[in-house]
Amino acid sequence: MHPALQALFVIVIGVGGCVFYFYASNIFLDKVLYPARGPNAGRNTNRANMIRPWLFLFPALALLCLYLAYPVFATAWLSVFNRDGAFVGLGNYSAMFAEPKFVESLQNNILWLIVVPAAATAFGLLAAQLTDRIKWGNFAKSLIFMPMAISFVGASVIFKLIYDSRDANLSQIGLINAVWLKFDGGVGSFLMLRLVPFVLIGCLFLAILWAGWSVLRPLVQGQGGSILVTLARLLGAAVALFLGYELAIWLYGIATNELPYGTPQVWLQKPYWNNFFLMAVLVWIQTGFAMVILSAALRGVPEDTIEAATIDGANPFQIFFKIKVPQIMGTIVVVWTTITITVLKVFDIVLAMTNGQWETQVLANYMYDKLFRSLDWGMGSASAMIIMLLVTPILIWNVINARKEMR
Amino acid sequence: MDGIAGKKSGLVWAVHLSTIALVLLWVVPTFGLLVSSFRTGDQIVGSGWWQSLSTQVQQLAAVRIEGDEVERDGVFVIEGQLYAAGTDVSAWGTSSREPEAYEPGAVADLGDGVTLTVGADGGFVLSSPSTMADLRMPRVFATASTPPEFTTGNYSNVIASPLAGQSIGQAFLNTMTVAIPATIIPILVAAFAAYALAWMDFPGRALLVAFVVGLLVVPLQLALIPLLQFHNWIGIGKGYLGIWMAHTGFGLPLAIYLLRNYMVGLPRDIIENAKVDGATDFQIFTKIILPLSFPALASFAIFQFLWTWNDLLVALVFLGTGNDQQVLTGNIVNLMGSRGGDWEILSASAFVSIAVPLAVFFSMQRFLVRGLLAGSVK
Repeated sequence: MHPALQALFVIVIGVGGCVFYFYASNIFLDKVLYPARGPNAGRNTNRANMIRPWLFLFPALALLCLYLAYPVFATAWLSVFNRDGAFVGLGNYSAMFAEPKFVESLQNNILWLIVVPAAATAFGLLAAQLTDRIKWGNFAKSLIFMPMAISFVGASVIFKLIYDSRDANLSQIGLINAVWLKFDGGVGSFLMLRLVPFVLIGCLFLAILWAGWSVLRPLVQGQGGSILVTLARLLGAAVALFLGYELAIWLYGIATNELPYGTPQVWLQKPYWNNFFLMAVLVWIQTGFAMVILSAALRGVPEDTIEAATIDGANPFQIFFKIKVPQIMGTIVVVWTTITITVLKVFDIVLAMTNGQWETQVLANYMYDKLFRSLDWGMGSASAMIIMLLVTPILIWNVINARKEMR
Repeated sequence: MDGIAGKKSGLVWAVHLSTIALVLLWVVPTFGLLVSSFRTGDQIVGSGWWQSLSTQVQQLAAVRIEGDEVERDGVFVIEGQLYAAGTDVSAWGTSSREPEAYEPGAVADLGDGVTLTVGADGGFVLSSPSTMADLRMPRVFATASTPPEFTTGNYSNVIASPLAGQSIGQAFLNTMTVAIPATIIPILVAAFAAYALAWMDFPGRALLVAFVVGLLVVPLQLALIPLLQFHNWIGIGKGYLGIWMAHTGFGLPLAIYLLRNYMVGLPRDIIENAKVDGATDFQIFTKIILPLSFPALASFAIFQFLWTWNDLLVALVFLGTGNDQQVLTGNIVNLMGSRGGDWEILSASAFVSIAVPLAVFFSMQRFLVRGLLAGSVK
């Protein structure tokens, strides 16, 4: 049978089957099992009403359990067996951590987890604020939002053209290289490639150090909370310190590096930096999402708080950072965590653009490699469990919040 | 007061300019690929897409002269055309060391009385006092300007001809076959469940909602191997049935979550009145809830459609790689591997795959935004 016909057939069968199931099971419950008449009418009605929710839920629950809940346990189970089906305990995990490619993908994933959510949320916030009060704001929004509809693979093709590199004697067709070749080491290059980046990264560096300090300050001043809070604060400060260290290296590099002016660069084959070129694709896609949600949140900020601040003489920047941002902090966290989850699953971009070569491997693509190229289901499952492990804090956080809301 | 007003308008200008910069930054990548997809292969490698409207001056690839010789007045002559019409040769040469040695129309002496002339229009005359049957034909290097050229040939090429296993046209049909059932089926299943979770009282309801919320973030990477095993075990293996079921399963948490959140917000009076009037739950659901929930249903349908259309991983795992099964994304990844430098093919293929989601996006953006706002766990 032709697949398209088959598809049509499945739609009819699927939809018809669902409707039939729901209709017939309800009829059966009401008319045959517990009919609402005769001497037990009242009791029967109650019983039928106790069973009915489960009739409505059954297909969905069955699919959820089979397609999402069961695989978590099955994967955990598979991850403790080796290629030949012998039980190895945590052997797969220790073998994996000894493998340089895995350590590389874990490091890269951490880099992705820090950069992409931060950049996408920041750009989204900027776009939301900029488009909020201008006439053509909605038009601008829909253009920035557009990449959401484009597949990761399509976006990879788009950006591969941008990063394209050709021999020095040919004309460059990649936008980045064309711009790069305009720099010749003169005043303009100093301004654009040293001064401006130095100032921007320097600001970021100071902001991160300040954030780390403000997280740590209550501890230093002896206002420790519970152990959990103390630990969280220490962790936050450590992350800030690490980022600060990383940025300090960048600053040093920007100031001192000799740049290879005049020669086209193969951007995707420059270890470490190529990760950022891949991340740019995801940031490009996710910014629209962040913008839409944050712009709705910004609209929800009560007008009178802004008016009060204006009357008190706050400038637009103070209004934005001290009045608006604190009020939408909850939404920012939501956006951040949602993008974090997307980042953990990122696979298509890396597969399509570098396939993990030149030190760009990430966990999801590493896992795919293990599962379907090396056909090592034990190792593959173990790396999938690492992804699950990284998602778990967000999962718990979401469930706790959902429970709070239900009450 | 003047000062304040002036500052304000300065800020407004800054806002407009930054917005324009941001929008350009976001649109230019896609636009570049779109422009490229309408240029010929030669033009794409000849100059960046941003120069596509200007005449290109470039070094053309070397061409070896060929043709049949004709004897004319005791001189053997080969005449012909080296380049396509519209090419304007500005300089040419016969060795790669001196590719711009001669002006158009100049006569090059190749030794033994053999001469070559290349005209501005690319026409050449090679003449020799003796027969050239045994002569090694010279190569011509030319610098020429070519006018801008646009074509829709890339699209007809990729849609019809199988460049990586199967044609993009076939892959398009395969993707449709995956996406449409995988969008419709979960909606119905989820709608009933969402109604039960929103409006029916039973023990364990809160727990089930938490369960769904938890499943929202479970990475589907975990599901690949166990489900593939399961599909093989029940005998459907790799194929459309498997991928429809997989997409249905993976889409359900978001569907149930979105629809439940929406249904909870529906007015209680309507539902209670209907109950008092003797409507059963099934009637309430089909006659009241379902029509009222249309916006939420539409939001989810768009999400699920975009997701299934754009998906690569699930298709790679649950579908076979045969010509009647490979989807657009898979086909393009193959093309990137095998035809990585052929931008006229890649760009047109990518745009075929992007076109449908973009059309859905621009026509139903309203629902998409609404769905996003309801779907992010708050």
